[in-house]
Order: sequence, then C-alpha cells, then structure tokens
Amino acid sequence: MTNDYILHLEGVGKTFQTKNGKSIKAVQQVDLDVRENDFVCIVGPSGCGKSTLLRMVSGLEPITFGQVVYHGQEITRPRKEIGMVFQEYSLLPWRTVIDNVALGPEFAGISKRERETRAMNYLRLVGMEAFARAHPHELSGGMRQRVAIVRALANDPDLLLMDEPFGALDAHTRILLQKELLRIWEQHRKTVLFVTHGVDEAIYLADRIVVMSARPGRIIETILVEMDRPRERSHPRYGHLAEQILAILEKEAAQNFSKNGNILEEPF
Amino acid sequence: MALKTILTRIGTYLLVPLLFLLLWGLAASHLNNEVILPGVGQVTALLLRPTENLISMGSLAVNVAVSLARVLAGYLLAVALAVPLGVIMGYYGTVFRFLNGFLALFRPIPPLAWVPLVLAWFGVASLATLFDVQRGTAYLYLNNLKFSMIFIIFIGAFYPVLTSAIHGVNGVRRTLLDSARVLGASEGDIFRKILLPASFPAIVNGMRIGLGVAWMCLVSAEMLPGSLSGVGYLITHAYTLARTDIVIVGMVSIGVVGALLDLFFRVIEERKFAWTRLTR
Repeated sequence: MTNDYILHLEGVGKTFQTKNGKSIKAVQQVDLDVRENDFVCIVGPSGCGKSTLLRMVSGLEPITFGQVVYHGQEITRPRKEIGMVFQEYSLLPWRTVIDNVALGPEFAGISKRERETRAMNYLRLVGMEAFARAHPHELSGGMRQRVAIVRALANDPDLLLMDEPFGALDAHTRILLQKELLRIWEQHRKTVLFVTHGVDEAIYLADRIVVMSARPGRIIETILVEMDRPRERSHPRYGHLAEQILAILEKEAAQNFSKNGNILEEPF
Repeated sequence: MALKTILTRIGTYLLVPLLFLLLWGLAASHLNNEVILPGVGQVTALLLRPTENLISMGSLAVNVAVSLARVLAGYLLAVALAVPLGVIMGYYGTVFRFLNGFLALFRPIPPLAWVPLVLAWFGVASLATLFDVQRGTAYLYLNNLKFSMIFIIFIGAFYPVLTSAIHGVNGVRRTLLDSARVLGASEGDIFRKILLPASFPAIVNGMRIGLGVAWMCLVSAEMLPGSLSGVGYLITHAYTLARTDIVIVGMVSIGVVGALLDLFFRVIEERKFAWTRLTR
C-alpha cells in the first residue's frame, strides 16, 4: 500500500518569460507523490502558482525544471487518463449539455449512440438527466460545474485534476457540490488532485493537504487530515486543522511582506 | 398585442420614410424637371413593373439577377479564401506575423483603385473564356461574369471576412481549448469542433459586412468595359440618356436587395447564435 504511487513530481519548476525579457519564477522545486485513490488538496495564496502546477501535471503547460511522471511515463502533453475540471466557463456554449458530456468519447471516435448512452449515465449520476438537451447558459453555476465534472468523468480518467472548480460558486452551492464530489469519488474511486484557496474546502475534502508558499510557489508543509468522512465542520480536529493551516499561510504572508515590502503580487 | 400598439409600432417604422417621400414629392413638383428630380409616382410606376424592358437593356429584374450573380461569385470566392485563412492566422501566431504585414498593406486600397490594373490583367475575359464556351445560353450567362468584376468584388469582401475570422478565433476562451485538449482532442478536432463553432458568430458577422461591401463595389465593377448589363450598368447608361427616373429605380433596387441580404444574415444570427448573447 505504501509504494503504489501513480503520480510522481520531482523538482518541478516553472519560469515564465515576460515581454520585456525578465523571467519570473512561478513554481519552484516541487516534489510530490500521489497514491492511487488519494484525494490531495493543494492550498496556497492566490497567484502562488498552484494552478500552474496543476496545468503542468495535466500536460497543458510545458515544464521548465524537473519532471512529472505518471505511471512511470513522463508527462509532456495531455493524455486521456488524466482529466481536468476548470474553474468555470469550460463548457462549449453552443453545444447541449449531453453533447458537452459526450465530448471526450467523441474525440475518441466512439459512435454517437454509445457516447450518448454513456453521457446520459453520467448525467444521471449528478441528477442532471432532465437537462440533457439544455444549453449551458440555461443552467445555474452549480449545475454547470456538475456537468463539467461528469464531462471529465465520461472520458474515464484515472487521475482527476480540479482547478478551483467551486471557486466561483456561492457558499451554499459550494458545500453541496463538495458533498457530491466526495460521493462520486467514493463510488468511482478516482485519484484526485484538487487546487483551492479555501482552507475549509481542503479540510472537508482531502486525505492530504499540501500547503504552498507565495510565488515562487513551493511546498512548505504537508498535512494529513486523518478524519472519517463525512466530516463534521463542528468537529474539534476540523477547527484545529484550519487554525494550523491558516497560521502557516499567515506566517508565509508575513515573511513575504518583510521580503518584498508588500503582500500584493505583481500581476503578470 | 393590442391593435393600438401594433399601429403605433408600424407608425414608428414608417413615419420617417413617409416624411422623406413627402419631401421628395414636394421638391419634385416644385422643381418640375424630371432630369434633376423625377416624381415619386414616376419611379414607383417603374418599380411596380420590374419585368418591363428599360431603355432596350432588358428588364430591371434581369439586371438585378445579373448583378446578384456577379456579387455572389466574387463574394463566395472571398469567403472560401478568407475564412480558412483567418482561422489559421488567428490560431497560429507565427502565420499571423508572417502574413499580416503583407495583407495590411493591401487593406487600405479601395477596391476601385484596382480597376486599371485589373483591366490590364483580365481585360474583358470572363468565365466563358475560362470554360471556352463560345455560344448558346451558357455563353450568355457566363460571359456576364467578367474576371475583372469578380476580382473587384472579391477584394471588397475579402478583408471584412478575414479580419472578423481572425478576431473570432482570438476571442475564443483559452479554457475551451484547454478542456478540449485534456479530453483528447486532436489538432483537427480543435479546428473543427472548437475554433470554427466558437468563432462562427464573428465570422458570420464579418460575412454580413463583407456582403454589404461586395454589394457596394457592384456599381464600380459594372462600370468596367465589357459590361452591358447589371444594375450598376443600368444606372450609368440611364445617366447618359438623362433618364434620372431609371437611375433612381436602379438605386432603390440596390438598396432593397442589399437590405434583404443583410436581413437574411441577421435572421441567421438571431436563430443560430442565441448563445452568444446569453453566454456572458
């Protein structure tokens, strides 16, 4: 059980070139191992490069230093086994819900009938079957993200990357979707790498929380949650963990402040 | 809707045109010179008989049809070239940098400025020359489609379509492309299933503007030598005969056909692209 890592990040770093020739370090020296069926959350201040890290794992973003190894193979471009859910607006607005969910199988060349059956099954999983023929603009934000999640699942990935998927939702919808995501995860047993800036969200969802520093983002602490699911937000350990993580982030922000003179990241 | 609101609405649409006709009528009867300004009735009478032979040039309907065929030939050629080129230029930065400087050089040249060069190149050659048709009905049709005219109309329509295709592709959200790639889209899938549909509203808008410009290039194209038909030619020919009423009839039909073509595109936009308005 201890050595079955499916994802292995070694010394992963990313440097961007700005237009005036300066180079900006976004991610620095990240080492991370993810086991099969793990639910790992990455938290960190906004702009710390956690999304960039996720994009490197997905194969969308070229890696400057180090390597990402998935099942013994180095990641250089997107692959079917690694799915990704984005923050918002990732559904094709001109397609119906079912045609959006069937997109992955469509790219794989699966017949229309079969991919529609598959898409319908996944829509049923999140109670969205009645909206199969609706367009994304007819749905609420929460419904759209449900569709985005099952679209990724319909491609049957082993590893699911989630880039602040609930970041744009209101608090109530977010909590509902967190519950639903855990239910799906327990049913389908995927490995999940989930990026968020919400400490509460990370504690509610993750087996393991990786805390990242401000830019250049590196891992400053890894915390095991070790609580049974479904987790109660009123549980003492819940509050204790939140306090611990917030303290780490606060310390990091203070250090960053004394180092750079401000805590606002410069935009790039 | 209540009858009163319907009447008010129709009234709002018609008020300004009716005032315009009234002013025209007053001015015409005041001037009393049909070479400078023929009366409303005289022009309307001609418009109501579109199949009647005018100044031995054939009927208005036939001339409009000839013009429409010319515009469509040049326009379709422009669309067929500008859409793929624009999509590729919008997607591949290198291709854009490679071609844009060159294309931008020709963009400001008014289509009419091409006339002397185009005449030197093509003269009175037409599609009939291309297909080597010498006689018969096919000759009559094809000989009306001169290369020179098609070229002028092509130039007019090309740039609006190209520009809007480039902008359409540039405006495609990165998340859409990323999520398609993660789902296993090939480069061909990206073009056919993401870029084209996503930029389609912008492309259709460009096609609409392009058709407007193509239609506007018509008169200059039909003033080229070798032209013996078409609304543009009808207007210039009627002018030399001091038949101002026919000049106005030609202008009105250009306006009406142009407006109808525009309406056609607007209906498509309304029907097909409701999602662009609703997706914000």
